[in-house]
Amino acid sequence: MKDPCAHCEEMMQPYMDHVLTDEEMAEAESHLADCEYCRRRYRFEESLRVYVRMAAAEPMPAELRQKLAALRIPLE
Amino acid sequence: MAHAGTVDRMEAEPEDAQRLATEARDRVRFEEDALALSDQVYRVARHLASSREDADELMQETYARAFRSWRSFQPGTNMRAWLLRILTNLNIDRGRRQQRAPQMQPLEANDYYLYDRLAADNEDGVPDEDRVVERLSQDDIVSALSAVPHDFRDVIVLVDLGDFSYADAAQILDIPVGTVMSRLHRGRRILKRELAESALEEAT
Repeated sequence: MKDPCAHCEEMMQPYMDHVLTDEEMAEAESHLADCEYCRRRYRFEESLRVYVRMAAAEPMPAELRQKLAALRIPLE
Repeated sequence: MAHAGTVDRMEAEPEDAQRLATEARDRVRFEEDALALSDQVYRVARHLASSREDADELMQETYARAFRSWRSFQPGTNMRAWLLRILTNLNIDRGRRQQRAPQMQPLEANDYYLYDRLAADNEDGVPDEDRVVERLSQDDIVSALSAVPHDFRDVIVLVDLGDFSYADAAQILDIPVGTVMSRLHRGRRILKRELAESALEEAT
């Protein structure tokens, strides 16, 4: 029998990507409910992903928006 | 005289005039839809490119090409993915190939590397999310992302920042879904290693 926490670690990223089967989801959730070691890591991974997403979001410069609009092909 | 000729022709072939009007309308609509997506495309393009300047140029080349080849877009399909497919192809053409030459194997750590490193560095042994936010600045994130080799970075950027499915990312990059999954897995580990270095460097 495989170490359940090692198995949980393997499933963590696919779990967060919502690509596990229903059965695997239930298995991951039941392990997370019982295991503080994995639960803490799960919370950390989740907040890290949200944070990276927020930090990486840069608004498009206004000048670029104008340049793109100027590339439109005029009607004849 | 030429003017009169044009009028005659239009009168002779009203279906043609009709077709041209429909096409003009479709094209205008296409351009408006593509421009409305530009913020979302930029969000991804910014990190597929190596710098803001590169992202700026890539966006312009992408939109210029998209406006020229609008007929090859199939209405009803995912326009954001279509635009990013053009963008990633242009990005590869712009000299990415040389960087695809054998590169050093990036250092990888396990999935919990960042957590474990931060925990080891923390008095109570438990890093919480606030501490990550405290320790990693926006610049740290941006530079850690840019330190991830292109092949890995592309999938992270499309899936984690761009919200594309594995299947969409596979189509945009023209690679199998299995490759998307394995690059994502390894890429996230590489990113965490880079982030750990930034976070711990600042602490010392």
